[in-house]
Amino acid sequence: MSTRNFRVWRGDADGGDFADFDVAVNEGEVILDVVHRIQAEQAPDLAVRWNCKAGKCGSCSAEVNGMPRLMCMTRMNLFEEGETVTITPLRTFPVVRDLVTDVSFNYEKAREMPAFAPPADLKPGEYRMSQVDVERSQEFRKCIECFLCQNTCHVVRDHEENKPPFSGPRLFIRAAELDMHPLDARGDRRETAQDDQGLGLCNITKCCTEVCPEHIKITDNAIIPMKERVAGDRYDPLVWLGRKIFRKGKQPKADSGVE
Amino acid sequence: MSDNDINDVEHLACDVLVIGAGGAGLRAAVEARLAGKSVIVISKSLFGKAHTVMAEGGAAAAMGNVNSKDNWQVHFRDTLRGGKFLNNYRMAELHAQEAPDRIWELETYGALFDRTADGKISQRNFGGHEYPRLAHVGDRTGLELIRTLQQKLVSLQQDDAEAGEPRSMLQVIDETTITELFVENGTIKGAFGYRRGTGRFMAISAPAIVLATGGIGRSFKVTSNSWEYTGDGHALALRAGAKLVNMEFIQFHPTGMVWPPSVRGILVTESVRGDGGILKNSEGQRFMFDYIPEVFKAQYADNPDEADRWYTDPDNNRRPPELLPRDEVARAINSEVKEGRGTEHGGVYLDIASRRSAEYVRERLPSMYHQFKELADVDITAEPMEVGPTCHYIMGGIEVDADTTASAVAGLFAAGEVSGGMHGSNRLGGNSLSDLLVFGKRAGEYAAEHATAAEPSKLTEEQIQAAAQDALQPFGNDGENPYALQNALQAINGRLVGIIRKAGELEEALTELALLKERIANVSAIGGRAYNPGWHLALDLRNMYVCSVATALAALERDESRGGHTREDAPGMNPEWRKINLVITVDGEEVRLARQAVPTMTPELLGLFEESELAKYMTPEEFRRSDGPEASPKPTAPESTEAEEA
Repeated sequence: MSTRNFRVWRGDADGGDFADFDVAVNEGEVILDVVHRIQAEQAPDLAVRWNCKAGKCGSCSAEVNGMPRLMCMTRMNLFEEGETVTITPLRTFPVVRDLVTDVSFNYEKAREMPAFAPPADLKPGEYRMSQVDVERSQEFRKCIECFLCQNTCHVVRDHEENKPPFSGPRLFIRAAELDMHPLDARGDRRETAQDDQGLGLCNITKCCTEVCPEHIKITDNAIIPMKERVAGDRYDPLVWLGRKIFRKGKQPKADSGVE
Repeated sequence: MSDNDINDVEHLACDVLVIGAGGAGLRAAVEARLAGKSVIVISKSLFGKAHTVMAEGGAAAAMGNVNSKDNWQVHFRDTLRGGKFLNNYRMAELHAQEAPDRIWELETYGALFDRTADGKISQRNFGGHEYPRLAHVGDRTGLELIRTLQQKLVSLQQDDAEAGEPRSMLQVIDETTITELFVENGTIKGAFGYRRGTGRFMAISAPAIVLATGGIGRSFKVTSNSWEYTGDGHALALRAGAKLVNMEFIQFHPTGMVWPPSVRGILVTESVRGDGGILKNSEGQRFMFDYIPEVFKAQYADNPDEADRWYTDPDNNRRPPELLPRDEVARAINSEVKEGRGTEHGGVYLDIASRRSAEYVRERLPSMYHQFKELADVDITAEPMEVGPTCHYIMGGIEVDADTTASAVAGLFAAGEVSGGMHGSNRLGGNSLSDLLVFGKRAGEYAAEHATAAEPSKLTEEQIQAAAQDALQPFGNDGENPYALQNALQAINGRLVGIIRKAGELEEALTELALLKERIANVSAIGGRAYNPGWHLALDLRNMYVCSVATALAALERDESRGGHTREDAPGMNPEWRKINLVITVDGEEVRLARQAVPTMTPELLGLFEESELAKYMTPEEFRRSDGPEASPKPTAPESTEAEEA
């Protein structure tokens, strides 16, 4: 056990400042243990969001020494003994209080995402898919919605003006997941990503992939394939012509209208 | 997030209010909305973060995709054996019958389960299940379930938008805690709570409420449960006048992480054992063969050779004893450690590294691989894990009608872990995810039906003001820090009401809890109302307290050992106790305990078991199918049995 120094940002939408805490740290502990000890012993009203403390729910996202991380999966032995560790809230989203941010942006974007379209000719229990085919989408369904990718993406991190047209990596993998779903009945996932979700604003710096605690290959396996296929379709003159003729009003799909 | 209107209570109304946004709550919300009702879902944390995400192994449903011999009758039988025949048989029956439909339905919402070679939903082996039965996605099945239901809710919201329905027809209000239910003349009227972000109060009038708040695990220090599990629904229901049943039965999952200390209690999925992992003590001995109880000898192998053959030839070999129901395995680990054969950190070894290839382990158990790698520096493909029991699930909960999920309070329904009876004295792994789908749907359906017939409810200003005063109380108190009190409560439960219990210790627990009562009533919160976890915990404490008292009282009364209740001073099951459920009510400040007859199983369901098996659990007059002891195993109705327990 040793006593370490922590700087934790405290404040709300109107502003705030760093507070210093000296905290006892035990072997094997993670940043979230430290935050809990601060709550229990020094600042009972310190706001932090967490649930499972096992890297499964994606609630305790914050920035540790400037790096977007899950606090429950950041072990203290990552830092030098005498090093002051700085904990700040996610920068891309408005602060609610202390380490808690308002992540409703991500939920609004999710509401705009056209839902899974079940195949009309199959009844429940009749779905047949092979394991290799579902695995491509399953990679994206590992997402725990910690929103670290959304937070780190520089399209929105320092550009509030990009938030309305840009859904972000979390929703791009959702689009890719549905695009690759063997039985999804919608055929316009890529176009939707390009035209409605702002896929084109992404310039593939892979920051999202780097911070993903689930190690989902967001850029390589979702964004790039979708961009390539959109590009392929759009620059193929025949496809382009067909699109010009048929695309007015998009493919009329029976379900899942978007607000 | 403006605090300007912090003192105005926000008023909302809906037909069906769902409290809890885990699997049961979301499934209920889907059903109630599909029935045409306006629905509000209250989520204690962010949408999609509920404790359901932590379920790993799978959802049990007798689809028969891997072994075609499986059917609902076999699943029903396994569930009763797991629960030591104390289950609400009608719930277990509905559960076994309806689980496959509930799973298949999820595929139409977009769920992607792992597949069999012929493209169906794959099913895996699990403790207590006779055939491979758990639909799964690697070891993150709960995440798939919650995400699928979350996305289904969003799609219903999109349908509403397209149809021109107002947004209020289906709302999810996140980071909100309910502190009180409003009841008038034994009928539900609505609920009161606060938004965690701002601290602003909310009063919701609703003629039907579904409680789906999960369990009580945070009352124990070593637990696999998330912070939300403070027994809110159990306590709300008690205060509203409903009954709790089976509160003495708490499941300690046999395999939680034990090291490092900060992760103690985090779950290690049972799939590790289902996929070939074995338990060893510090002497390297595979000890589970020494712990097969009499009632399970017919189904479990008594030697390693047979046990190992079972993985490839389950039809001709008995199952490995590592796959006994959880209560048995947890007790066995407890004894090994107590007798000095534990590991350095007080657990036992769970070894899959020496039994399966690294690729197999990484593919079948990806989250476990990461969890150990990142939190404990252990590579589970190369070395064994250290594991020990962790508080995981409460079998007890709100007493409900099996078909409708209705509680004793008109308009109040309950589904999922907060309800009681379905699992008897011990839940089988995999039966929770299927439970919350089956009864979540039923709760939504019957709550909607109730709302259709009910008068619109109206809340009074006095009720609302009283609830607000109550919630603000900790700011005016001069007592202790809520974290210290939670520690004190956890210490009492862990020391005196844990996995092995004794009458003297339970009495001591009740005395200590009584002393804690005043301190909790005087708990103090500092700071403001906006996102103040200390205040939130202060309000949760009284719920944890009343649930702890309920458990200790019932545990003291039941002087036998059964499932998730082990009395060192009263070992073994007593058939007379199998006829009795312990029921908890609250009268003013007083927690009351009463005995109540267990409902009598129908002859058809009794007929699914051999008499020789029933004889291990029941008194002869309960199961004899005719006058003679040599009765034929035909499922005919014996008049005498009915009279016995009616």
